[in-house]
Amino acid sequence: MFKFASMLMTPAAKYLMLAFAVLFPLVAANEYQVYVMATAFVWAIAVYGLNIITGFCGQLNLAHGGFFAIGAYTLGLLTADYGWSFWPAFLAALVMTAALGFLVGIVSLRLKEHYFAIFTLCVGFIIYLLIDKWEELTHGAIGVRDIAAPYGFGVVDFTDTTPFYYLVLAFLVFAIWFMGRLSKSLLGRTFIAIRNGDELAQSLGINLMRNKVLAFVLSTTYAGLAGALYAGMVRFIGPDEANIQHTFDMITYLLVGGIGTIMGPLLGTIGIVWITQSLQFLEEYRMIIFGPLLVLLVIFFPRGITGSFLTWMHRKSQALVPGKKREESKVNTVQPREAESNA
Amino acid sequence: MLKVEHLTKMFGGLAAVNDVSVEFETGKINAIIGPNGAGKSTFFNLISGMHEPTSGRILLDGVDVTTLPSDKVARLGVGRTFQTTNLFEQATVLDNLIVGHRLRTRSGLWDVLINSKRLQREEKSAREKAMEALEFVGLTHVAGQFIADITQEERKRVAFALALATDPKIVLLDEPAAGINPEETVGFAALMRKMVDEKGLTVCLIEHKMDMIMSLADKIMVLDHGEKIAEGTPEEVRNNPVVIEAYLGGDEDAAA
Repeated sequence: MFKFASMLMTPAAKYLMLAFAVLFPLVAANEYQVYVMATAFVWAIAVYGLNIITGFCGQLNLAHGGFFAIGAYTLGLLTADYGWSFWPAFLAALVMTAALGFLVGIVSLRLKEHYFAIFTLCVGFIIYLLIDKWEELTHGAIGVRDIAAPYGFGVVDFTDTTPFYYLVLAFLVFAIWFMGRLSKSLLGRTFIAIRNGDELAQSLGINLMRNKVLAFVLSTTYAGLAGALYAGMVRFIGPDEANIQHTFDMITYLLVGGIGTIMGPLLGTIGIVWITQSLQFLEEYRMIIFGPLLVLLVIFFPRGITGSFLTWMHRKSQALVPGKKREESKVNTVQPREAESNA
Repeated sequence: MLKVEHLTKMFGGLAAVNDVSVEFETGKINAIIGPNGAGKSTFFNLISGMHEPTSGRILLDGVDVTTLPSDKVARLGVGRTFQTTNLFEQATVLDNLIVGHRLRTRSGLWDVLINSKRLQREEKSAREKAMEALEFVGLTHVAGQFIADITQEERKRVAFALALATDPKIVLLDEPAAGINPEETVGFAALMRKMVDEKGLTVCLIEHKMDMIMSLADKIMVLDHGEKIAEGTPEEVRNNPVVIEAYLGGDEDAAA
């Protein structure tokens, strides 16, 4: 069991997963499955963004779905109403979500903990209202149609489902790669120190505001990237993209997969998206199955699938080094005891 | 080394710290004692920049740090520990310590993206610094353990190591011996002495364990109701009638 589990942590396992993702369109039963998977990947990218600000930096951002919608609308409006082609509009969506993330960040991050969460909840709702009511710009409830699809370079054409799947996969791989690099770097450690506690982080010489804003901007850029890809994929968006429900969905994906881990956002998102798909026939009643499942998960795997797995692995590997730690530490504590008995 | 002049902190109408002047010398162990609510922790928060004083000045090696935020104060060489230290429970001791040296590094987002030479060099030095600090506090053998799996005493030592990894000149320790048994307290006293002797640090601690203070401190400052009521060697403080009154209660306090 342990041997098999440790194989999951080798680089080979990652390449195997990648190989499966690459081959998936070939083994999928129909195009719809490829489409569902691509959707899951898009959401996973957004969840990775949430993982940076909430998982690593410890700030629960409830405006995340709003930034996803801003990314989608920036791309949608620029291509549909202003005649931009896909890739420039795509870049503009990233710049827009980063810039708005910066502005919202420097205001909202002055608040701590649940005050920050409530503030961002309101920001998310304001984004929804703006999209829904500012009809001259966003077309309101009618939504945005005729969004440009990503044109390819040379032979590849991304308008079909399968090529688009690969495009999303490429961005997802980049998103995960960057997350992995970030988590091991001094910058990622700085974010984690902030999550451990503002005061402690400051006493270690960490500038709270600068680092929190950086984490926030990174997370909104991820959300914008996912939103832009989403708009390019479905080609029709409405105010509902900014619905708070999406934010809570993403938080669920993150918690199930493993908050603050590298593979957690991916596993959580794909897992839940497919479970939701396969329970489609139950319609609204699927929550009867879903609810208890989530409760059980939170009780028995509080750190999500990935987090609980990693903890288990670590304990196992420590146990395999027999008696090493306890013996030495005993030597340390025995000395003062002797000193006292002599006195 | 650290010079405090007429330091006052008002919270509303209440003076948590009232007109305190004191000087801590390099390479000495300075203790701050006093009854609960005397303003000891507030005093630490003022020095470390967590709170801004209402009036007065704080000089670190002649540099005015009175209004600096705590991250800048830390960079100037003030390390500190807290009564409770929240660490990343599901990460190893070593992983928790590496960030301690972050304030001496400069790598940013761009370095992470391109995995720059500077980032690699700085991560190596931060890791070495963490190992060095771990060795200093005698915890090399638990480097690979999760924080969740080590003892209370080891946690306290990790908090020390974290403060040491910042390369401080002076360390402020808030009740380092709280919640540990008498035997372990002896070990901590030895560790603090070692910080002074081997690293040439200036130590400043808040503590309630009188036995430890009396044998360890070079100098003691006594706070009561935010005011400095006595200062001197353990011997002087022990025999000071004002201190005895503050601790045992004078006539007016006896009823309360």
